[in-house]
Amino acid sequence: MSQEIAPLWHGTLVTLGLLLASSAIGYTLALPLALARRARTRLVSWPAGLYSAFFRGTPLLVQIYLTYYGLAQFPALRHSAAWVVLRNAWPCALIALGLNMAAYVAEPLRAGLAAVPSGERDAAAAFGLGRLATLRRVVLPRAVRLVLPALANEGLIQLKATALASTITLLDLTGAARRLSASSYSTQPLLAAGLIYIALSAALSLAFRRLEGRRQR
Amino acid sequence: MHDLEAYSGQLFAGACVTLELAVTCLVLGFALGLAGAAASLSPSAAIRLPVAWGTRLLRGVPEFVILLVCYFGASQLLDRATHGAVSITPFEGGAFALSIVFASYASEMLRGAFLAVPRGQLEAAAALGLRPSQVLRRIHLPQAWRIALPSLNNQWQNLLKDTSLVSVLGLEELMRKASIGAQVTRQPFTFYIAAATAYLLFLGLSNPLFTLLERRANRGVSRPTA
Repeated sequence: MSQEIAPLWHGTLVTLGLLLASSAIGYTLALPLALARRARTRLVSWPAGLYSAFFRGTPLLVQIYLTYYGLAQFPALRHSAAWVVLRNAWPCALIALGLNMAAYVAEPLRAGLAAVPSGERDAAAAFGLGRLATLRRVVLPRAVRLVLPALANEGLIQLKATALASTITLLDLTGAARRLSASSYSTQPLLAAGLIYIALSAALSLAFRRLEGRRQR
Repeated sequence: MHDLEAYSGQLFAGACVTLELAVTCLVLGFALGLAGAAASLSPSAAIRLPVAWGTRLLRGVPEFVILLVCYFGASQLLDRATHGAVSITPFEGGAFALSIVFASYASEMLRGAFLAVPRGQLEAAAALGLRPSQVLRRIHLPQAWRIALPSLNNQWQNLLKDTSLVSVLGLEELMRKASIGAQVTRQPFTFYIAAATAYLLFLGLSNPLFTLLERRANRGVSRPTA
């Protein structure tokens, strides 16, 4: 059993790395996406809506395969400098997971932006704040606080989504458990991985609850 | 594009398997979820708590891991018990795993929907002399159904997308067929985009269906005029 612990431990670190990096991409891209979907000009809101429909309407597995296997179809890309990065499983998993998460996080964020009372925007404008300053100092902090539970929930969902990285050869927690399970012909490593996921999501939701408590001051 | 045409029959066959699996899980998962909701509303803690913990555990584990555990675990158990005489197919393993995942979310949502029907209505129905079974069928169920429908649509969409995971077990559904086509023709992007389009199409077809169901379920409710 002890020799089984080491790969699972390493896999857990990979899973956490995937979660952190893809969440960074997801949360960062979600803001411009949410703003774009709220834009008055169709030229901006329509492509954003299309992006959202694609990433939320198709399986994550398709998106991961499109990035990892699909991009190889284009010779121009294969001969470009970007291929040094894109031919590896790690960056492809991160790109797919991050782009996917952005579409899901943008939804509650959009709702939060819409829920900020217009009087607060007017007040900020009356104080002479520019559009960017209004967004950064007034609207965004308020919107994020309004929908923080929903944003935290997306983080928990993302933890489970990272398990799909194992389908493109990454040895995350699921990948490590699959390999151990196949070599030992036993389901135990997979069950152990399940327990570790439960522990991780419990820890994550506790951390988010702390953050919420701090934000409600 | 020519290669895609040659494989369109295969992709269509895969799409049929995907739909078959999704609908099977919807029916099984909904029935299980209903039982789970009933159990979680039970006054007895001995019934309530195991269901509450079971669903909570299921929701904390990736669907993919549950799928692998169910399929490989069940194969092994059956293999040892019957010495290889009985085996489990990827379809059966996938249907079981995705159904219990669906049920774990559905039970929570149905529980909320049952609780959301005002108590006064149930008491009024009882006061009018309706039997408990009549209260359930005439008053409680139709209103819980109305409240549950939008999240049921959400869960159906997740379920449909999750069926793609069963391709990893070798089930020749839409995703697996696309992979085979991608490998043979060396046009992975074309084939995976085709698969993605098919999933979008399924959702595009099921959404109006849910809108129709919702409109029907809401026919007794006055809407605030805009």
